[in-house]
Amino acid sequence: MKRGLALLFAWLPLIAIVPPAASVPAAPAGGAPVVVAGSKNFTESVVLGEIARLAGRERGVQVRHRRSLGGTRILWSALARGDIDAYPEYTGTLTHELLRDLPPDGGIAVLRARLAKLGIGITDPLGFNNTYAIGMREKEAARLHIRSISDLARHPGLKLAFSNEFMNRADGWPGLKHAYHLPMDARGMDHSLAYRALASGAVDAIDLYSTDAEIAYYHLRVLKDDKHFFPRYDAVYLYRLDLEKRAPRFVAALQDLAGSIDTSQMRAMNKAVKLDGKDARSVAAGFLGVGAGRGSTRGFWRQLGRYTLEHLVLVGISLSLAILFAVPLGIFAARRRRLGQIVLGLTGILQTVPSLALFVFMIPLFGIGAKPAIAALFLYSLLPIVRNTHAGLTGIDPTLLESATALGLPPRVRLWRVELPQALRSVLAGVKIAAVINVGTATLGALIGAGGYGQPILTGIRLDDIGLIMEGAVPAALLALAMQGVFEVIEHALTPRGLRMRAQA
Amino acid sequence: MPVCTDSDAAFALQGVTRAFAGVRAVADVSLAFPRGRTSILIGSSGSGKSTLLRLLIGLEWPSAGMVLCDGEALRRDSLPAVRRRVGYVIQEGGLFPHLTVLGNLSLLPRHLGWSKARVSERAVELAELAHLHPDLLTRFPAELSGGQRQRVALMRALMLDPPTLLLDEPLGALDPLVRHNLQDDLREIFRRLGKTVIMVTHDMAEAAFFGTRLILMRDGRVLQDGSIEDFRNAPVDDFVREFLAAHRNLPGGSA
Repeated sequence: MKRGLALLFAWLPLIAIVPPAASVPAAPAGGAPVVVAGSKNFTESVVLGEIARLAGRERGVQVRHRRSLGGTRILWSALARGDIDAYPEYTGTLTHELLRDLPPDGGIAVLRARLAKLGIGITDPLGFNNTYAIGMREKEAARLHIRSISDLARHPGLKLAFSNEFMNRADGWPGLKHAYHLPMDARGMDHSLAYRALASGAVDAIDLYSTDAEIAYYHLRVLKDDKHFFPRYDAVYLYRLDLEKRAPRFVAALQDLAGSIDTSQMRAMNKAVKLDGKDARSVAAGFLGVGAGRGSTRGFWRQLGRYTLEHLVLVGISLSLAILFAVPLGIFAARRRRLGQIVLGLTGILQTVPSLALFVFMIPLFGIGAKPAIAALFLYSLLPIVRNTHAGLTGIDPTLLESATALGLPPRVRLWRVELPQALRSVLAGVKIAAVINVGTATLGALIGAGGYGQPILTGIRLDDIGLIMEGAVPAALLALAMQGVFEVIEHALTPRGLRMRAQA
Repeated sequence: MPVCTDSDAAFALQGVTRAFAGVRAVADVSLAFPRGRTSILIGSSGSGKSTLLRLLIGLEWPSAGMVLCDGEALRRDSLPAVRRRVGYVIQEGGLFPHLTVLGNLSLLPRHLGWSKARVSERAVELAELAHLHPDLLTRFPAELSGGQRQRVALMRALMLDPPTLLLDEPLGALDPLVRHNLQDDLREIFRRLGKTVIMVTHDMAEAAFFGTRLILMRDGRVLQDGSIEDFRNAPVDDFVREFLAAHRNLPGGSA
């Protein structure tokens, strides 16, 4: 029905227009220069990010901290693109992962000269060396007489689990296995969960950061790096050199932090956040001896409201765009059978790209934040809608199409008045599937700074806090159910009455 | 045999062949359908009679030969105009299930710029002609009986008052009683409107009931073309004789 179709398309711009007003990672309020600090997806990095933010604030610089953006590569490219202006990094990561042409342990001056060519500045070391280490349960290590990493080679049956980043880094497992001639294989695992796995006996050895609070808590033995494989991982801040003009006081604040955090202080802060359940914001404020500032303890409902809004923005925009593109694509695919197969094939291939990878692929194109997440979700939502539009149109009783043709209806009128109304149900079913998948997949957006329900899930995983994970997982599931319900109502309302009736004999 | 020249006829075929993957559904047929007369295409299933009908309005395209409408060769760009001069009714009616009866009737006229008032005036007029209760105009096809649906299909075909009606087994799916009633009504309508009617059926009794001219087809060719008396008195071969014998209670006088 014409009215039904008009309704279907009428609500699209609504959804697309509402969000920008409430855009998530938008420009700051007021005219003050704003600096964006980022942090990686683990506690220490988040704490250092908070320290940078508060130190800047003490100097009158407004700093926004985008927490837990992801792994090294995401932060590094975000810095290069200018999506963020500064983030905490480690010298070993720079020499072994990001700038491999540099000699290891060549000193901060060498690094500084090299980074300057990229428009990036580096502070002096903050004062602690958070190198990688390999840890085992104390009792188990004692029983097997394992003191150094070399000793591991004698026990090929040990189960090793390393953080995903460690698994792939040149200075991680591949290099370690080679240097120590270790015969066993290792599994990749989230670092925060690895401690649990180790404590429960599910694995025998994991990678550690030497400032991890859990080393003492779980009674772990840190194995001696007897071949001096691991380089120094002195913590530093990286920042864009243009900050020296834009926010010189922030650069000064970062430089003043050099040499001010030692290993025990860092370990204590990690413990406070990760094991004592304190907020990174207040821990950082405690370290600097300043107030945590307002908003440090947001109300649960306000927080949830923000996540919900962010999530709805991601889903709403990406789904609306997907409908606008996928329905015409589906019509095209149904019209040109051969080209149509190519269209269906391509959207099918998009669907096979692992969602996490798709999100990361969008970063070079759209930076970090809501934009790349929306782009990825958009691509993900195409297939169900294209496929169902195609199926709806090609499944129409051919005698009806012939009747329309024989009546003398032009193709355009035939499409709008006869074909699309018949296919509407199928199209809407596709939109419903896309919406439900979209809500779930959007939780991954938090990995690239898009916020949403993924944020508490991510933080919950980082802090090993099931409750926090639930704060994201439960609303996400409820939203998916609500979406399903809403689309069922829309489907019912828009399906022409004549199609809902069972044909009489 | 044709009683008029091709240029004088509503429709004419000149040496038309339509082949599907090498099989000729219509094989070198030349026919003319004079204006204002009812012609019945009859034959078993697969004889090519429906294909022939579909060729007339470009739903099929000849592999060889030419189709003429009002003396002019059918071209792709003239199809929309030709189709609007023709009302086309198929076995199951081909009504659009998402539209009401009135919606079905108004689809094309509204596209052509008719006012709503004009459309419903015409619809009521046709409802009377087709013996359809006007209350049914607001119903959906799924709410109608098979006979009512065919009446609506006929009304839809007549909306623009086209000079020609093509009917492809319009009563084929109906039960005998409904069918009998509709046959009476249809013949009455054809008579009153005086249109060129070309109807396809596989039922000899129905053909004899409607048609002054019967065209019997077999294997894509025209086997015999004439009145029911011609068929009875001078069947061209044994197949025609068998085809006649297969239908009991033929109306009309004895041989």
